[in-house]
Amino acid sequence: MKNLVDEFRSGRISRRSWLRAGAALGLIGATGSTALIKEAADSRQFNSSASDSGRHLHRGTMGTVGSVDHAANGFHPHDVLTDFDYGSVSRLPSGQRLREYSIVAEDKEIEVAPGVYFPAWTYSGRVPGPTIRCVEGDRIRITFVNAGSHPHTIHFHGIHSTSMDGVPGVGAGEIEPGASTVYEFNAAPFGCHLYHCHSMPLKRHVHKGLYGAFIIDPDPEKYSGDEQALARARNHEYPECQEINEMIMVMNAFDTNIDGENEIYAANTVAFGYMKDMIRIRESQRQRLYLVNITEFDDLNSFHLHANFFDYYDHGTTLTPTLKTIDTVMQCQGQRGILEFDFEGFEHGPYMFHAHQSEFAELGWMGFFDVTGDLA
Amino acid sequence: MTFESAKPPVNPPPGRLPVWLLAVVPLVLFAAASAIFISLAPLERLAGDLPPIEDLTVTRTELREGTIILHLVNGGQDPVTIAQVLVDDAYWEFTMQPESHTMSRLQRGTIMIPYNWVDGEAHEIMFLSSTGVTFEHRIELAVATPEADGFHWIVFALVGLFVGVVPVGLGLMWFPLLRRLSADGLRFVLALTVGLLFFLLVDTVHEGLEIAEVVSEAFHAVPLVFLVTLLSLAALMVIGNRPGVRDKSTSEGRFWIATAIAIGIGFHNFGEGMAIGAATALGEVALGTFLVMGFALHNITEGIGIGAPMARDSPSVKRLVWLALLAGAPAIPGIWIGGFSFSPLLAVIFLSIGAGAILQVIFEVGRMLVPQPAAGTPLTRSGVLDWVNIGGVSAGVAIMYVTALLVA
Repeated sequence: MKNLVDEFRSGRISRRSWLRAGAALGLIGATGSTALIKEAADSRQFNSSASDSGRHLHRGTMGTVGSVDHAANGFHPHDVLTDFDYGSVSRLPSGQRLREYSIVAEDKEIEVAPGVYFPAWTYSGRVPGPTIRCVEGDRIRITFVNAGSHPHTIHFHGIHSTSMDGVPGVGAGEIEPGASTVYEFNAAPFGCHLYHCHSMPLKRHVHKGLYGAFIIDPDPEKYSGDEQALARARNHEYPECQEINEMIMVMNAFDTNIDGENEIYAANTVAFGYMKDMIRIRESQRQRLYLVNITEFDDLNSFHLHANFFDYYDHGTTLTPTLKTIDTVMQCQGQRGILEFDFEGFEHGPYMFHAHQSEFAELGWMGFFDVTGDLA
Repeated sequence: MTFESAKPPVNPPPGRLPVWLLAVVPLVLFAAASAIFISLAPLERLAGDLPPIEDLTVTRTELREGTIILHLVNGGQDPVTIAQVLVDDAYWEFTMQPESHTMSRLQRGTIMIPYNWVDGEAHEIMFLSSTGVTFEHRIELAVATPEADGFHWIVFALVGLFVGVVPVGLGLMWFPLLRRLSADGLRFVLALTVGLLFFLLVDTVHEGLEIAEVVSEAFHAVPLVFLVTLLSLAALMVIGNRPGVRDKSTSEGRFWIATAIAIGIGFHNFGEGMAIGAATALGEVALGTFLVMGFALHNITEGIGIGAPMARDSPSVKRLVWLALLAGAPAIPGIWIGGFSFSPLLAVIFLSIGAGAILQVIFEVGRMLVPQPAAGTPLTRSGVLDWVNIGGVSAGVAIMYVTALLVA
């Protein structure tokens, strides 16, 4: 070794001593690094056991951050929930009841989730538009003004003449910006319906926000016996109906980055609108939910109620349930129905509801009924 | 050719304006023109009321126990406000720096999401800006980001040692062999060095361009690769041309070539180390034993390259050790930086410096392949492009290519 060190110092080195040095250094390196790895592995063991003791199984909360400025939007999800527009009522010379409505299409930026602004096209500044409510046989007259930037229509789901259908090229066709028209027809059939813009491209006009619910109550005078009682409970003019807590939810979604897929799902527009601010309902009161699906881009949407079951009236066009005792119902685009349930005898507290497409639920379509006592 | 006579000294041009004013005038006028342009804003009339073009880049992802931390930079012209964050298609609560959630141009931000990420699985993060624009960031394989603790410092240093210092040092141990080679044999090894340097050059530029893809567009990282490469080449050429080392027929001159090769390879190994460290931290590669061995084998030829220019000299052991460290040791800090706080922009810059350095030594070693012509005789093409040189270059590229298969 001394020889090698000397050679080191002299700065000259032969091939043989070079290799010898290399072998020696290699050996030192190998032993050294083995020791280091072992020590390092020990320290790792120590670290992981230390962090295990502080481990939390559940971290973080699903949901949005911040809050939506409902005043700036001009509508609150809780108001939309129970806000029915009965129109201005009068009698025609024939004795038929006339309900007159005025709907204005306008462009408006709305906050669909905290801090997320969507350049919407709205009916009367709301998404969903006003919930039109009437009774079967009423004459419906809707003055439609297009104050937006694109041609729009209103297409009602219901029975009417083709010239009142609100599709391009038929009747008044598309209403140009600044123009207006009147849609007029008799309300039929009774049920839970909807209206929406039918301008082309349809996808764009629908997902931008041009839609709303259209509810026609049955007229009890047209029915007798049990059916009449059921019709009275569905007609807003009768006390049997007024005892029931009626709500309207339009399942919708927003494609904020215009890629043909929705970033935000909701009932009545605001993501998690009924989760941060729960819907309070009384334990003993009968609940009726008008449910409309106008979600664009996705084939289906759904409603699932936790810890309870409901009766379902598809399209609301029957007086007896089309599906009894279910807890999940699916609707395709444009499909709608009525849900009836109550929480009588249930423990008080929050009961969840949401789309049972987990993806939609976690993208905003999720909420709670807060079941309380009658005095609350 | 001779000049008729020396020209008389040039008179200062007429005019009484001071020099500083002449320098400033165009700038002042530019400022005035800008002010007019901004006040008239003709382009805004052209574009109308278009939403801003937003551009957001994740520069670094940290996965801690129950928390995802993302470092962002706004590379767009306009401020970006992050309204919501989605993890795997679900809105998730988060906190952000700056607290306003708004990042102005080139401003950096940090988002912390308390989230039970799943070890070994992929996660999709999406940012939703206030205008509804989305930015996606995919975590390919979730693994805990290495904590800067003793264990990781040591393991990373060991990996750097094995992929950098050890192979270069072992490669240099062929040095005594190089010394016994015939003139043609040595020329073959020098040509082989050029071949492997060529491979490294292409590999370094390629890697630089690849990483440049993930850098925010505002930094123009792709042109930066070429510009920094050229600047580094120029700088090393100036250094290599200084007195004392200029003449490559002296041993000092040849030692300089070896040093320059070591510097170039050092930068390359630094960049490679960063890439290894970052890939480990991001969970993109499992840093297996065989991968490390592959890198080591791949880099062993680098030692030959450093030794070859000095084969006719007798460098001291101290110098050889120095060269091995110069070329190999940068892999260690490279892995530390890559593993603990990876910056793609920094990696691009270091890789480009490496590329310039390698380019410079390709010139230098290439010149050694040219037989010294006797005074007065012109250099013939066949003197350079013979089978020894071409075979050497090809062998160099082939060796690097084959060993690179180990780390693919």
